[in-house]
Amino acid sequence: MDRLSNVIAVFSLLLIGLVLGSVRRAHIRVEYSVSWLLPALVLLVRSRCRGLERQIAAALGLSDTPLALLIVAGAIFLVVLYRFSLIISNLKDSNTALAQRVAILEFRIESADEKIKAAARS
Amino acid sequence: MILIPAYNEEGAVGSVVAEVRAAMPDVAVLVVDDCSEDATCEVARQAGATVLSMPHHLGLGGCVQAGYRLAFELGYDYVIRVDGDGQHDPRDVPKILDALEREGCEMVIGSRFIEGGGEYSGFLRGLGIVFFRAILRPILGKPVLDPTSGFVGVNRTALGLFSRSFPLEYPEIEALVVLQRKRFRFVEVPCRMRPRLAGRTSITAVKSLYYIAHVLLGVFVNILKFEGRRK
Repeated sequence: MDRLSNVIAVFSLLLIGLVLGSVRRAHIRVEYSVSWLLPALVLLVRSRCRGLERQIAAALGLSDTPLALLIVAGAIFLVVLYRFSLIISNLKDSNTALAQRVAILEFRIESADEKIKAAARS
Repeated sequence: MILIPAYNEEGAVGSVVAEVRAAMPDVAVLVVDDCSEDATCEVARQAGATVLSMPHHLGLGGCVQAGYRLAFELGYDYVIRVDGDGQHDPRDVPKILDALEREGCEMVIGSRFIEGGGEYSGFLRGLGIVFFRAILRPILGKPVLDPTSGFVGVNRTALGLFSRSFPLEYPEIEALVVLQRKRFRFVEVPCRMRPRLAGRTSITAVKSLYYIAHVLLGVFVNILKFEGRRK
């Protein structure tokens, strides 16, 4: 238990450091960094509070507290992945609509240019 | 308007445009180039088509929807889609247009399985067609013989719908369910299908399985959006 808790605590700290570094270098936007920082903080707190750990394991009906910790960690990251799927889907839709709009506008500009040139020639 | 989606079809698109112009001399021909890496765009222009160029590769659905959007904005009443690989015989375009005008339905499908049509289809595609016929029969409330056919014509009502909402990856089958959701009607007319004029198909066994899973999910999601059965 101690070793697993320590590993998760170190992992959480590394994750927090990595995400904060990425935010500082503007590789991740602040609003999306929350999706990582919050779960990492929850995992850190959980790995350091054994009482809380045992209470959650009991609530889940598990006698094995490390397993409870892993289940909660997995559930948290599934929620994070779900949130990113929503964001990516939304971005893809917006991107497709924008690309179509750009293509249509270019088409219309070219058509207008040709009409102007034809009018200038005549 | 005749809409020809094309991606890396420099070997076929010129002939397709020429055949379409021969079959329908007074109709606008729009090639939607899905950011091809070859000379599709130039070949299409040389053949006499106007070209709508995508700024990056969108896939078939996104590409076709862009054409529908433009046609809708330009006020066209009918749009007939002909694939840029030459598998659809442009001599059947008048048949589709005639059916659109005569039947007053929202969509006409060029079918290779109606008497008078051509039966060219690959083995995998043939299996997929049989499978999706069975799936779609209860959903649509009537049989559809060629659900994977991209040789389709739509009227302005369907054009308005598709310019707002169109499946982005594998559009043919899902588009039927989208139509059904809005209680629109479709008919099938016999059309000839040919082997592609140039290039190679990108369909592999793995892609076919992905296609089936993707389309099944898309159909299911569209059923969840149903607003009620057609009366």
